Amino acid sequence: MSQSQQHLTVSVWRGKSEGAFQDYQVPHLENQTVLDIVTWIQRYLDPTLSYRFACRVGMCGSCAMTVNGTPRWTCRTHVSKVARDGRLKIGPLSNLPVIKDLAADMTAFFEKWQRAEARFTPTKTRLDPIEQIPPSSPARLAASAAIECINCGVCYAACDTVRWNADYLGPAALNRAWTLVNDVRDGGQDVRLRAISANGGCHNCHSHQSCQVLCPQNLNPTASIAGLKRLTAAAFIRGGLK
Amino acid sequence: MQAHRRQTLWLAALIHRLSGLLLAIFLPIHFLVLGLAIESEAKLENFLRWTENPLVKFAEMGLVFLLTVHLLGGARLLVLENFPWRVWQKLFATIAVGISALIAFGFLFRVM
Repeated sequence: MSQSQQHLTVSVWRGKSEGAFQDYQVPHLENQTVLDIVTWIQRYLDPTLSYRFACRVGMCGSCAMTVNGTPRWTCRTHVSKVARDGRLKIGPLSNLPVIKDLAADMTAFFEKWQRAEARFTPTKTRLDPIEQIPPSSPARLAASAAIECINCGVCYAACDTVRWNADYLGPAALNRAWTLVNDVRDGGQDVRLRAISANGGCHNCHSHQSCQVLCPQNLNPTASIAGLKRLTAAAFIRGGLK
Repeated sequence: MQAHRRQTLWLAALIHRLSGLLLAIFLPIHFLVLGLAIESEAKLENFLRWTENPLVKFAEMGLVFLLTVHLLGGARLLVLENFPWRVWQKLFATIAVGISALIAFGFLFRVM
């Protein structure tokens, strides 16, 4: 194996919103994730490199970055699948401010979950009997199809509607709202429907489906948003959104 | 093109936008030509003779493609937003472009 095949040239974003890509030479191993590469650079080449990770096994959703122009969860992205001609370009997630280097500021992302009323509003106390929800009921099936979001922000970074309209709630927040809309135990539906049909809500979605194509959990936020569009349109016709 | 946009449905959205824009540019020109019928029969006749030019027929084929692809793309979006989710979005978008191309070539074949 030649020297060039044994090493990858990795361009990593250094700085905040103002900054530049810096090249590093990293040993190329057979089984290696993009997160392994970033960790190697920080441990052996430049300890000032900032990035975010926690579980390393695709559960926590904290290590998403832009890899060769595409947002990806780096702990489950194998270098062999994304490296081109022995090169990798790694930057922070798009559509979010940069804290430093590869760490994006997720504040706006999670604030939009709050704006979408994407939180459970209980209607029972611990003294009430547990609600029986048939696993095969249509609402439960709809919620189940969308519920495994790990909040990684890949869909948000891939969404051009977010890029063009900073007010847009984004795929993740709306997808979470859809799971709650289908939760028969939830008592916050009226407030939620008003929130998700307001400016920046579900009707802003252009259905590009980049969120679905790139979601590491294979979820389909566009389908969830389409469901919200139908639901809010029906509520509007019934006069429920006044 | 940015890497995350290199996927069928993003391209379908781009084609839908561009075809809508080009049709919107075409419409006022179309109305101006229709206005010739009121203004002067001779002027309209001259214009219609000019449209017999093969290059104009070729451009008309483009127009037929734009109209068909915009119509079918719009139908896909209406179904997507108003009916339960269908998994065949990519297939439908691809078929829409294929059918539009066939109709456009069929038009060219008929008028040439």
